[in-house]
Amino acid sequence: MEALEIARWQFGITTVYHFLMVPLTIGLGLLVATMQTLWHRTGQEHYLRMTKFWGKLFLINFIMGVATGLVQEFQFGMAWSEYSRFVGDVFGAPLAMEALLAFFVESTFLGLWIFGWDRLPRLIHLLSLWAAVLASVFSAYFILVANSWMQHPVGVEMVDGRPVMVDAWAVFTNNTALVAFPHTLFGALAVAGAFLLGISWYHLWKRRHDGLDTVGADGTLVVRDRVGARDAVDHEVWLRSARAGALVAMIAFAGTGITGDLQGKLMFDQQPMKMAAAEAACHDGTGFSILSVGNLGAQSCDDITAVIEVPGVLSFLANGDFTTEVKGVNTLLPEYQEKYGTTLPDDPMYGERAGTEIDYLPVMEVTYWGFRIMIGFGAIAAAAAAAALWVLRRGTVPESRWLMRLAVFGILAPFGANSAGWIFTEMGRQPFVVAPNPDASGIDSVFMFTAAAVSPGVSLAELVVSLVALTAVYAVLLVVEVRLLFTYVRGGTASAMPELAHVGADPSTGGKDDGDVLAFAY
Amino acid sequence: MTEALPTLWFVVIAVLWAGYLFLEGFDLGVGMLMKLMARNDTQRRVLLNTVGPVWDGNEVWLVTAVGATFAAFPSWYASLLSALYLPFLCVLLGLIFRAVAFEWRGKRDSDAWRGRWDWAIAIGSFTAAAGIGAVLALTTTGLPLDADGNRVGGAFAWATAPAFLGAAAVVLFCLVHAAAFIALKTEGRVHDQSERLFRRLLPVALVPFLGWALLVQLDTGTAVTWLAVVLAVVAVIAAHRCSVSGRDGRAFASLGVGMLALVGSIFGAAFPVVLPSTLDQAFDLTVQNASSSPYTLGLMSVVACFGLPLVLAYQGWTYWVFRRRVSEASIPAAHVVAPL
Ligand code: HDD
Ligand code: HEM
Ligand code: HEM
Repeated sequence: MEALEIARWQFGITTVYHFLMVPLTIGLGLLVATMQTLWHRTGQEHYLRMTKFWGKLFLINFIMGVATGLVQEFQFGMAWSEYSRFVGDVFGAPLAMEALLAFFVESTFLGLWIFGWDRLPRLIHLLSLWAAVLASVFSAYFILVANSWMQHPVGVEMVDGRPVMVDAWAVFTNNTALVAFPHTLFGALAVAGAFLLGISWYHLWKRRHDGLDTVGADGTLVVRDRVGARDAVDHEVWLRSARAGALVAMIAFAGTGITGDLQGKLMFDQQPMKMAAAEAACHDGTGFSILSVGNLGAQSCDDITAVIEVPGVLSFLANGDFTTEVKGVNTLLPEYQEKYGTTLPDDPMYGERAGTEIDYLPVMEVTYWGFRIMIGFGAIAAAAAAAALWVLRRGTVPESRWLMRLAVFGILAPFGANSAGWIFTEMGRQPFVVAPNPDASGIDSVFMFTAAAVSPGVSLAELVVSLVALTAVYAVLLVVEVRLLFTYVRGGTASAMPELAHVGADPSTGGKDDGDVLAFAY
Repeated sequence: MTEALPTLWFVVIAVLWAGYLFLEGFDLGVGMLMKLMARNDTQRRVLLNTVGPVWDGNEVWLVTAVGATFAAFPSWYASLLSALYLPFLCVLLGLIFRAVAFEWRGKRDSDAWRGRWDWAIAIGSFTAAAGIGAVLALTTTGLPLDADGNRVGGAFAWATAPAFLGAAAVVLFCLVHAAAFIALKTEGRVHDQSERLFRRLLPVALVPFLGWALLVQLDTGTAVTWLAVVLAVVAVIAAHRCSVSGRDGRAFASLGVGMLALVGSIFGAAFPVVLPSTLDQAFDLTVQNASSSPYTLGLMSVVACFGLPLVLAYQGWTYWVFRRRVSEASIPAAHVVAPL
């Protein structure tokens, strides 16, 4: 192993991990804010309980997003100092703006929301949540602008061998970012939808299992009221959450499809090799491969055979018609070599790699399957959501324990789709860390090989220490987080509302009405 | 005008670091005092709740300081973070543990569970404070950097006396600063304890910070920065006086002024060098040779002009909303989450 490989593993692991928390924060945040708005407008108890319960899970997850995001902010300088020097003039700006314009709002107003239940007027309290949630959406925009610039550099000129920003408008309205942003937001909503659906399904199932809800012979549902904290409102909470989740999941998938189609068309122009690698398409053609066999890992086109191929679909994905030939790897390789060289320059920044041959073909196994897992898992989740919506028409779920397990397990599908999407996008960009922009605008001299980006002064040992430490810590925290989430999910709405847990108990004990006692406290 | 932009951004970054030390200073200190001062679980929860609504917002000052350095001085960002790889790793691990511990410690009703996360908070806060102190001291006193801004001398080339001085400076400052803050934010026993702690700690706590400031002054100090050091000493003495006469608010503010004056004197004296090379003065990173283009700096200036005052306004408002003092009586019973 070399420093470069370790740094790449570390970046990949920490970023994918960060992006487990991110979509849930964004998606669930939007939904919780909507729930509280509904409560504010209707005053109905079930909306309050939904806000509190889902809000609690949102917070448990949020904090992990914060903790892992910190690492991201520092990592460019620590492990990728050459990269930071090269792109700093353009890349640092969106990052700094994200902190100044988004993170401050997010963290400050979330603090106000958490601790402000009994301190702020109701409307201000609601608006605090909206401020925090919209700021997280805003932060996604800024970071995607930064990322999109690496995928498709715009708005710069080369000065002394470095890109210098000359047109901020171009950078902030990069077409790559403008489509990646809604795509990522829809991806986030897909996660939140499945999360709501899976967990609510569990509670609806549990109510049936415990005999609270019964379905008569004629199919009518009887909901029993007043069983501890699980009254009729409780049923309302889970049913509404489940339906909302299913609906959101379906809309989100449609949204990712539409925006993903736009991304595909841009990718065809901007990174044709990524497109070809995503298809394991060696020769030019129009067909979209459903299954290709052969040794994808051999990184050679000789023994890949497309077994099932739908003619025309690839052309549609790339170009909007069914006949344009999409360039395959065999055509693209010589083009890339001619444009960007066959060997790495003899520059000390490449270390021992200087002069070695450049492999322009990304790891095909990853791009091919990454693309398919993204779409496939998304589609599975959406189809399941549609089925669930149909099942829920009676107002409850079947008694089957296995079906319940499947619904809970299904929460993972959109997470998988998101990770796969990122892994595909990032690894498909290789061997470039800043991919060249072949547009007519003519700044394709702006690019950087990943091999040149790593910190020259940092030793292999340091990188190994940090890779091991971060991975180990992240693994432990994931276990704790998931267990906590399970505990809070099992506790139902009462886990977020102590007042529900004490139904029937003497309200004077505990001193809840005492104005001096904090309603929320760590 | 464009000549002045890098200087302006140097000032902005110094302000961001000062803001970070001022704000997160007390919540890092509170974290350490969880183990050093609080005697039982209720007292620990009192401490936690003094910073509960604000610590995350405080931490963003760090994210912004680092992000602004990246945007305005990419070479400074790249050299500093890669040269100090292990100290930054420690800071990150400390902050990660601290953050999750804040959120998780009350989520299970078990003494062992809480005890573990209390240690995470205390050690995490200590590590973060020490690491940040070392990093800031080194960026003002220098690192062995070659002509390309890369560290030579291996993973521990930074482990010099100024690093440890800076670490001690920030850790001790956080502790007294937190004592002053707790005195201001609590009543009852916790209040009295922290007031006593503050008075006892103050005479020694600022010594390393002063040492760091003097180290930089002796090298490159100017009349103005020396004056700032004097101001700092006066402010710290005033803080002690105020505390003795029971004026918590003024004590806290005076100590804050003292720290800000020291930071001002340090960055003021270091200017225009942002990261000196101990190998050769020609390799120093300066405000001019490390900065971004005037275009980028101009863009960032517009954003900061509008963003920073806004941040100060709404963060200030948060402190006002949560101005009420916390005491042991205001802590509700632990909420037990049980499966249905
Ligand atoms: C599409 C969205 C997205 C993407 C691609 C990333 N993040 Fe992120 N990040 C968020 C969306 C987000 C968020 C939703 O806004 C978070 C999650 C939880 C939170 O507090 O905010 C967040 C938190 C978060 C924090 C903590 C903020 C705080 O203290 O409140 C930092 C420093 C970063 N991120 C930095 C990064 C960097 C440097 C990334 C690039 C590698 C990155 N994030 C990828
Ligand atoms: C704006 C946000 C992002 C930026 C600026 C960014 C930047 C980078 C950089 C600098 C690298 C290292 C060079 C390399 O090995 O290619 C990298 C690699 C990687 N990133 Fe991103 N990234 C971002 C978001 C993400 C997200 C959100 C994910 C996934 C969740 C992700 C997944 C990866 C992976 C898997 C790699 C490793 C690729 C490889 O080793 O080939 N990235 N990215
Ligand atoms: C019909 C379905 C979809 C299509 C056609 C599609 C298309 C694409 C394409 C072409 C990219 C790569 C962009 C680039 O590298 O330039 C991408 C990236 C991505 N996809 Fe999808 N996608 C679909 C569904 C999904 C679903 C269901 C999710 C998640 C739930 C998802 C999440 C992502 C993410 C997180 C990325 C990386 C970030 C980005 O570039 O926006 N996608 N998608």
